[in-house]
Amino acid sequence: MKRNTIYTGTALLLLFVFVYFANKHLDSYLLRILNLCAIYTVLGLSMNLINGFTGLFSLGHAGFMAVGAYTTAMLTLPIATKQMNFFLAPLISPLDKIVWPFLPSLLLAGVLAAIVAFLIGAPVLRLKGDYLAIATLGFSEIIRVVFTNTQTVTNGALGLKGIPATTNLWWSFGTAVVTIFIMVSLINSSYGRAFKAIREDEIAAESMGISLFKHKVLSFAIGAFFAGIGGGLLGNLMGTIDPLMFRFFMTYNILLIIVLGGLGSVTGTIISAFIITIAQEFLRFLDEPIIPNIPALPGLRMVVFSILLMLVVLFFRTGLMGTREFSWDKFFGFFKKRPLSNGGAK
Amino acid sequence: MKFYLGGVYMTLELFLQHLANGISLGSLYALIAIGYTMVYGILRLINFAHGDIFMMAVYFAFFGVVTFGMPWYVSFIVAIALTGILGMTVEALAYRPIREAPRISILISAIGASYLLENLAIVIFGGRPKTFPQVPIFTDMVQIGNIHIQKLTFMIPAVTIALLIVLMYLINKTKSGMAMRAVSKDFETAKIMGVNVNRTISFTFGVGSLLAAVGGIMWGLKFPSILPLMGVMPGIKCFIAAVIGGIGSVTGAVIGGFILGIGEILLVAFLPELSGYRDAFSFILLILILLFRPTGIMGEKISEKV
Repeated sequence: MKRNTIYTGTALLLLFVFVYFANKHLDSYLLRILNLCAIYTVLGLSMNLINGFTGLFSLGHAGFMAVGAYTTAMLTLPIATKQMNFFLAPLISPLDKIVWPFLPSLLLAGVLAAIVAFLIGAPVLRLKGDYLAIATLGFSEIIRVVFTNTQTVTNGALGLKGIPATTNLWWSFGTAVVTIFIMVSLINSSYGRAFKAIREDEIAAESMGISLFKHKVLSFAIGAFFAGIGGGLLGNLMGTIDPLMFRFFMTYNILLIIVLGGLGSVTGTIISAFIITIAQEFLRFLDEPIIPNIPALPGLRMVVFSILLMLVVLFFRTGLMGTREFSWDKFFGFFKKRPLSNGGAK
Repeated sequence: MKFYLGGVYMTLELFLQHLANGISLGSLYALIAIGYTMVYGILRLINFAHGDIFMMAVYFAFFGVVTFGMPWYVSFIVAIALTGILGMTVEALAYRPIREAPRISILISAIGASYLLENLAIVIFGGRPKTFPQVPIFTDMVQIGNIHIQKLTFMIPAVTIALLIVLMYLINKTKSGMAMRAVSKDFETAKIMGVNVNRTISFTFGVGSLLAAVGGIMWGLKFPSILPLMGVMPGIKCFIAAVIGGIGSVTGAVIGGFILGIGEILLVAFLPELSGYRDAFSFILLILILLFRPTGIMGEKISEKV
């Protein structure tokens, strides 16, 4: 156990050194991709907690992200920029004078997203399977419609521009590390075991004395908390947000990450968040003219991308990791290759 | 006759006009909702791609008339047939290979199929809106009393009712219909009794897609601006209509479609200040139904099996 703690510490130190040098030497394009990788890790983990570990098929993630992104943006926007944004209708009273630092804004974003999730979850989490999916999708659309129409609070369809670019590698990777740490601790706690029991068999879990309502709502709210924080990081990375950003596509992208990584695997989610984010950038060449004299087909990238993901769902249903996790013992066992170590037991 | 309703000054003529619009929108919703309810009845699967199949039908008809210069009736028939084939293809490629997989995989595959169709449409048809050709027989205005109204507004419900009668005959009186009912009642037993399950499912997707195609073409005539993502919202709303009516029941889907269509139009007519929330209306209705009567208006009660 102690040895593993040292390894983890070393890995964190290496990550620290990497971020330090990456921040100094990489160009802004690569930095942006790295930031996105870390943010999608946070978002993927938060959705995997709800969908993968607790087995609640929720499609409401974009809504929670919208709550987080708007909260963080509204709190961190400088007053002058706010006035420039709200030229159609002035911003309502207390919000137009408040400017908070980034960390408390992010935390409040998470808390608000969790509160919204609690309000939604309390009535809706009684539903199962497809019905839950469509109801949560409905709520996320309602959140988007409300944001489009509340001109004096969110600037409606115009969106918010000039959000300070506070998100850098320290913020994104720092949040990702904290999220991973909290998720792993949560999943290995008694709550985590209750979540998994609910995923495997609700009725059996209930008869073992696990309160379905309490655990489902808890998982939903914690997931939404991190979704809100991820949304906040994303908004302050992009610099502009509008309600259209948080359509169903956003939820779908994160769903792809957790499906590719494996529903119910933290390790898988981290790996696939990086793979998918980098692949989306890498496939960008498809949108450009590939063969001379044939005009470019904008959107081809997304077609190839969706075909790849259909193939994953159809033929590699468990994803990269299934429900397996990374551990140092397995990691070194892999290199040692002694089939009968540990007395032949697995 | 004049009266106030919901704070809005309303004449009877105006009210009837809104009602007619609501009924024709409701008929379109009903046509699409039937496809959802039939597929759900058989496979217990939300066919997320249904809305995009509907979108494809509109584009097929558009290209038939505009690019290939076919007369509208030929183009519409070709488009309807192609859409039926498309529906069966989607089933064969995206749903059949994973029929035994857990529900969540199938649902993700369905969402994937929808995403793929949308992206394909963006690449092939272009992301900019196109204008659906206007066919005078449908789109001309007629005058009744003081109100001007498109002929289409009356034709849509008529076509819907005609198709419903055919569908009812198909489901209740033919052998294929009997197979469909058997498979939806009990998948395994139907298989044992010699029903060709795969062919029946394929047939169901075909019929659902044909109805969506008819709905789509009439949608294009009524709302001529067409886009690759135009199927998303109607798709979700029609699924809601199917849930409201009681999923698995064709009559329920029709009732749900009408409730949603008429409700939406009248909401905008009487409470114009809420018109921005038009899309939220159907979701609020959905959540209320799910909370208070999860099996919908016509749905059968399902008991939980351990």
